[in-house]
Amino acid sequence: MAEDKSNAAAYWKANVRLITGCLILWAFVSYGCAILFRPLLSGIPVGGTDLGFWFAQQGSILTFIGIIFFYAWKMNQLDKKFGLGE
Amino acid sequence: MSQFAINLIFVGASFALYIGIAIWARAGSTKDFYVAGGGVHPVTNGMATAADWMSAASFISMAGLLASGGYANSTFLMGWTGGYVILAMLLAPYLRKFGKFTVPDFIGDRFYSSTARLVAVVCLVVASVTYVIGQMTGAGVAFSRFLEVSSTAGIWIAAAIVFLYAVFGGMKGITYTQVAQYIVLIIAYTIPAVFISLQLTNNPIPMFGMFSTHTESGVPLLAKLDDVVNALGFRDYTADVDNKLNMVLFTLSLMVGTAGLPHVIIRFFTVPKVADARWSAGWALVFIALLYLTAPAVGSMARLNLMTTIYPDMAGQVENYEEAATNPIAYEERPEWVRTWEETGLITYEDLNNDGNIQFYNDAEDFSERGWEGNELTVNNDILVLANPEIANLPSWVIGLIAAGGIAAALSTAAGLLLAISSAISHDLIKNTINPRITEKGEMLAARISMAGAILIATYLGLNPPGFAAQTVALAFGIAGASLFPALMMGIFSKRINNVGAVAGMLAGLICTLLYIFTYLGWLFIPGTNTLPNTVDNWIFGISPLSFGAVGAIINFIVAYGVSSVTAAPPQEIQDLVDSVRYPKGAGGAVDH
Repeated sequence: MAEDKSNAAAYWKANVRLITGCLILWAFVSYGCAILFRPLLSGIPVGGTDLGFWFAQQGSILTFIGIIFFYAWKMNQLDKKFGLGE
Repeated sequence: MSQFAINLIFVGASFALYIGIAIWARAGSTKDFYVAGGGVHPVTNGMATAADWMSAASFISMAGLLASGGYANSTFLMGWTGGYVILAMLLAPYLRKFGKFTVPDFIGDRFYSSTARLVAVVCLVVASVTYVIGQMTGAGVAFSRFLEVSSTAGIWIAAAIVFLYAVFGGMKGITYTQVAQYIVLIIAYTIPAVFISLQLTNNPIPMFGMFSTHTESGVPLLAKLDDVVNALGFRDYTADVDNKLNMVLFTLSLMVGTAGLPHVIIRFFTVPKVADARWSAGWALVFIALLYLTAPAVGSMARLNLMTTIYPDMAGQVENYEEAATNPIAYEERPEWVRTWEETGLITYEDLNNDGNIQFYNDAEDFSERGWEGNELTVNNDILVLANPEIANLPSWVIGLIAAGGIAAALSTAAGLLLAISSAISHDLIKNTINPRITEKGEMLAARISMAGAILIATYLGLNPPGFAAQTVALAFGIAGASLFPALMMGIFSKRINNVGAVAGMLAGLICTLLYIFTYLGWLFIPGTNTLPNTVDNWIFGISPLSFGAVGAIINFIVAYGVSSVTAAPPQEIQDLVDSVRYPKGAGGAVDH
């Protein structure tokens, strides 16, 4: 039981670390590239407009999909490592 | 065959399909009614979640708002997809591990308090009813157009159908019906978009077409659109916004709202394993993204088509937009679709300068040197997606298809929300708080009565909605994000937040958000009762009522943390409960079996 408990704590720590990384990317593409940094990216043209506009209407959504699948995949690995694969 | 008959066939056939599936999979027990027995594959569940999620707001309303607002309304795109990232990482797997019926169940158990459960029920009902108001507005637009009646009659017809549909379905019916609805709505959305993208840019994929060259003029489509709207006094379509604070808060509000909405969360109780809840969120977003990546193309292309319909000389222009703007079409020569939409009252025309032509422009700018005395054509944003195939002269079966898709979108979400409302009232309020000895039959009856009540209120308020369908829905997200999301997240990620803290936080978030919204949009959304006019000058720090949910959520976090830290820590068994939801080992079936 005690071993299970320390195992659970380590598992949770690894999970939180992974979530933090994913959330940084999530915020960077949406709040960053698409909104706050759009003026900085205005020099990069994309089909009649600029990169910030593309991130706001396409890029961020594509990145979100990538983040969720990456997280699910990493968590499956973590589950295996901790012997939690069902 | 008339367009009316074709619409009727498409809508009728899609309905027959949903009702057939609902009968085939009719809910037998209470457990089936709420969570479909817990055995749904992640891909299937993702598709059903997508249908549940993509409502009239996404299908009917959003592209219209993108068309009118351009870049500024990208918030809807990012907000309503980005929320899935937080849902997948911060809530879904743990709530699945917890493994009970509803959101108030979790809040009630985690914060070991029936008060907390009760407050969660109130938050859930307020957010969901607001959401259903938006659905009713959208469904009303769709029904009024395809039955060729006024938008008021359209809303009442929609209400009757939603009621029959939700009451006899329950979750099990809904899961498989929603897979069918997803397929209908995604086909209905993409086919016209592909046609229009081909017409305008020769590119069959709308999400690429939008960023390629407009065939008729040889200019990039978005650059062309900027020039066209600019010549008529509108802001550039791609123009950056000045108030970035409001844009950030609005996006955040939609994101946390996504993660706080009960009808979406409840979906993750239906997958077999904790890992499946994570994959399920990913698949849901893939299916949602198919529509969301197309929507900006629909919006920009519809705006361009609308403008070049009124000002035909604009279409082939490369530079002389000013001159083309002086030559709009005559009202008598208006296309058929304008005539049919005029009958619903959602397009109106008034010849202010008595020249018989249609001047459609931004009359905040002065164009009197062109002999214009004000904008003469009013086009409701919510009709744009439904009118889009007609504007582009697409074949009449495409128009029938989009009517069926719009109705599918509104119905599927309304049904999911009503289910969340009814389970909160019958299960959380009555069974777990007021009368624990209620029979299963009595519980089902209470569920159905609360559905009927919610539909009536939402329909009544939907007749004079607080905004376009997507805006009303955005308010619902703000309310859910400010009240439920922080409580759920803190319940999982902090062991220190206790009963008093959570209740205080939820109440503070809910009340601040509602006060701010009602001040500008009318008390209880009753038109004309607002305290201050809903304009930018009156907003605090330029934060719109639509964006305030994010502020409410921050208030919720601060209050809950502050109150918890000066009161006693949660008892040991609650801390053990938190440990157990964090650790996927030994997750039971979806429900208590």
